Amino acid sequence: MAAKKLNIKDKYRLLTRDLDWEFSYEDPKQAFPYEEFEGIKITDWSKWEDPFRLTMDSYWKYQAEKEKKLYAIFDAFSQNNGHLNVTDSRYVNAVKLFLTGVSPLEYQAYQGFAHVGRQFSGVGARVACQMQSLDELRHVQTQIHAMSHYNKFFDGFQEFSHMHDRVWYLSVPRSFFCDARSAGPFEFMIAIGFSFEYVLTNLLFVPFMSGAAHNGDMATVTFGFSAQSDEARHMTLGLEVIKFLLEQHEDNVPIVQKWIDKWFWRGTRLLTIVAMMMDYMLPNKVMSWKEAWEVYFEEAGGALFKDLARYGIRMPKYAETIEKEKEHISHQAWWTFYTHGHAAGFHTWIPSDEELDWLSAQYPDTFDKYYRPMWELAKEQEAKGERFYTSGLPQLCQTCQIPMLFTEMDNPNQNSMRDYLYQGERYHFCSDGCCDIFKEEPEKYVQSWLPVHQIFQGNCGGPGVGEVLSDYYRMNVGVDNMDIKGSPDEVRWNKWKGVA
Amino acid sequence: MSKVYIALQDNDESRYIVEAIEESNPDATVIHQPAMIRIERENRLVIERAVVEEKMGREWDVQELHINLITLGGNVDEDDDQFVLEWKQ
Amino acid sequence: MPVYALNPGYQGERMDRVENFHGNQIVYLGWDEHRMFCAAKAFPLPPSMPFAALIENIMPEAFGQHPEFKQINWDSAEWLLDGEPFKPQADVSLADQGVGHKSLIRFKTPELTGYQGAGV
Repeated sequence: MAAKKLNIKDKYRLLTRDLDWEFSYEDPKQAFPYEEFEGIKITDWSKWEDPFRLTMDSYWKYQAEKEKKLYAIFDAFSQNNGHLNVTDSRYVNAVKLFLTGVSPLEYQAYQGFAHVGRQFSGVGARVACQMQSLDELRHVQTQIHAMSHYNKFFDGFQEFSHMHDRVWYLSVPRSFFCDARSAGPFEFMIAIGFSFEYVLTNLLFVPFMSGAAHNGDMATVTFGFSAQSDEARHMTLGLEVIKFLLEQHEDNVPIVQKWIDKWFWRGTRLLTIVAMMMDYMLPNKVMSWKEAWEVYFEEAGGALFKDLARYGIRMPKYAETIEKEKEHISHQAWWTFYTHGHAAGFHTWIPSDEELDWLSAQYPDTFDKYYRPMWELAKEQEAKGERFYTSGLPQLCQTCQIPMLFTEMDNPNQNSMRDYLYQGERYHFCSDGCCDIFKEEPEKYVQSWLPVHQIFQGNCGGPGVGEVLSDYYRMNVGVDNMDIKGSPDEVRWNKWKGVA
Repeated sequence: MSKVYIALQDNDESRYIVEAIEESNPDATVIHQPAMIRIERENRLVIERAVVEEKMGREWDVQELHINLITLGGNVDEDDDQFVLEWKQ
Repeated sequence: MPVYALNPGYQGERMDRVENFHGNQIVYLGWDEHRMFCAAKAFPLPPSMPFAALIENIMPEAFGQHPEFKQINWDSAEWLLDGEPFKPQADVSLADQGVGHKSLIRFKTPELTGYQGAGV
C-alpha cells in the first residue's frame, strides 16, 4: 500500500512532538536550568502552536530557493556595476550605517536564538528558535556579501565588525542586543522575538528597503526583502510566544507587560537611527519617518495591542511620549551626526534646499519652528569656511547609551534629562522610559560600557580624539569621516559620472 | 476593527498571488510601493490555494508564499488549502 | 526591584566609579535652550578646580563655537546643579560647593534666546 501523503499539520506534529523525549533518569530542571528563574510559569508546553507549521525539509527547500534568487541578483548587480545606479554618493552612507550598526545585530540575534533554542523544554519552541537562529545567520552573511560590492568602491566599509564593538554610536545597537541576550530566555523572546521582530523591524526592513529600491540600490533592497521574508515567520513566532505565555498562567501577565514596556521603549530609542536614515539619508524619499511610524507602529502595533487586550495587556508605557517624538527624533539625530561628523565612520551633509522644503511639508508642526534654524546656522557657518564640528564629547544616557539629544515634548527647545542616585553614584538618562528601566535592574545597567567615559578612563587609546578614531576605532581619518563635500567618495563619484 | 495586512515583493509570481487575493477578498485594498505590494483588509484576509493555482496555471503549495513574503500583520493560520490572517478582537 | 538573575545576590561591576578616572571626576555642562549643541557635554575635571577656572577655561571649550557665546553675562546666568538651583562661588573648588562625580551643571542665559531666537 502506498504511503499516504501527510498534510502540513500532521508533518509538523510529527516533527515537533515525536522527536522529543521524556527525561526518565535525569532531572529536567537540570537539563533546562534557565526555564524558571524569571518567574514565568509554563503548565503545558504541548499547547504551543506554530501557525506556519514549517518542517525542516520545507525550511531547507524554501530557504535554498530564496538564496538562489538572491545570489543571482548580487551577481547581476556586481557584473553591471550596480553601484553606479544609486541616486548619488550620499546614499551609500546609509548602507555604511546599516553594515556597521545593523548587520552585526543579525549575528547577535543568531547567537541569541541558538541559546534560547537550547533552553526551552518545549520542542515546538525549540524548533522555531532553531530555524530563526539559522535565518539570522543567513541574514548577516547575505548582508555582508551584498555590501562587499560597495566596499570595492566606497570608503567606510572596511572595519565594520571591529567598529561595531567599539565606536561611540554603535554602542547603542550593540548594548541593546547584549541587554536582551544577557536576560533570561523568556525575556529574550519578548524583547527580540516579539517587540523587536513583530513591530520594530518592519520599520527598518519595509519602508527603508522600499526606499533603497527607490534610490536604485538593487543589492540592498534584495537582501532586505529576502531577509524580511524570514521576518514574517519570526513575527508570527513572536506573536505566538506572547499568546502562549499569557495563556499558560495569569501570573505571567504582569511580567510580560513589564518586558513589553521595557523593550518597546528600548526599541523606540534604537530606531532613532532608522528615523534619521529615512528622513535624511535617502536622496529619493518614499515616505517620512512620521508616516512610516504611523503605518507600522501606530496602526499595526495598535491592532496588535487591541488583539492582546483580552489577556489584560495594554499599550506599552510612554506610548503618548512616543507618539509626540515621531515629529522630532529624526531631525535631532541627524543634527547630532552632522555636528559630530568628524567622529562618525560615514559622511554627513546639510540637506539640500529641496530636501529642507520636503521636511517642512512632512513635518508642518515642528520642522520650520525647531529644526530649519539649525540648518540655516550650519549653512552660514559653512559659507564662512567654518563647517561646524562640535567640540568635546557628549553626555550619554546610562540605559540606551545615546547622547542626551532628545528634548522635552512640552518644550522641544530643552533637552530632556533625568537622573537617579543608586548606591551613592549618580546616573543620567535621556527620558523617564530609560530611567525606569534602570531603576528596575540597576545591578545590570551600572555595567554600561559608555564610550565617552571609557575614553576618559583611558581604555580606548588616545590621548586625543584623533588617536581614538584612527587607532582604536580604525577609522580612516580624513577619508571615512567628515562632510561629504570634498570627500574622496564624492570626488570618485563625480569622476565616474563625468561631473566636474 | 483593525486591519490585517500582507506585503509581497513586486515580481511575476506575486502578481498572480495578488490577483488571487483580490478575487478571494473583493474589498481588500492593494497599495503599490517601490518594489513591493501591500494588501490590507479589515479584520481578515485569506489566500486560497485553489484560486492561486487557477491564476498561475500550475500547482502551488501554500508554503511557497514564504519566498515572496515581506511582512504581515495579524494572527496566522496556515494549512494545505489556505493561508488566513485574522484579528480576533 | 532586583535584577532577574540565575543566582541570588547578583551585582554587576560599576563601570564609572570615580576611582577609574585617574584623579578627575566627570562633570557635565549644559547650556539650556541652545540646541546647536545636541546634548550636554562631559569633561573629566579635577575636583579641586575652582569654579572661576571652569568658566574661564572649560566653558569656552564647551560652548565657544556658539555665535552668542561672547555675549554671555555670567553674572546674570541662572544655574542648576543636579536639578537644584545653585549659586556658584567663583573661588571655591567644585568639590567644596557640591559638584560631585557625574554632577550635571546647567545654566540659562535669559537674555540670549539662541540663533534666530529659536533656541538653537
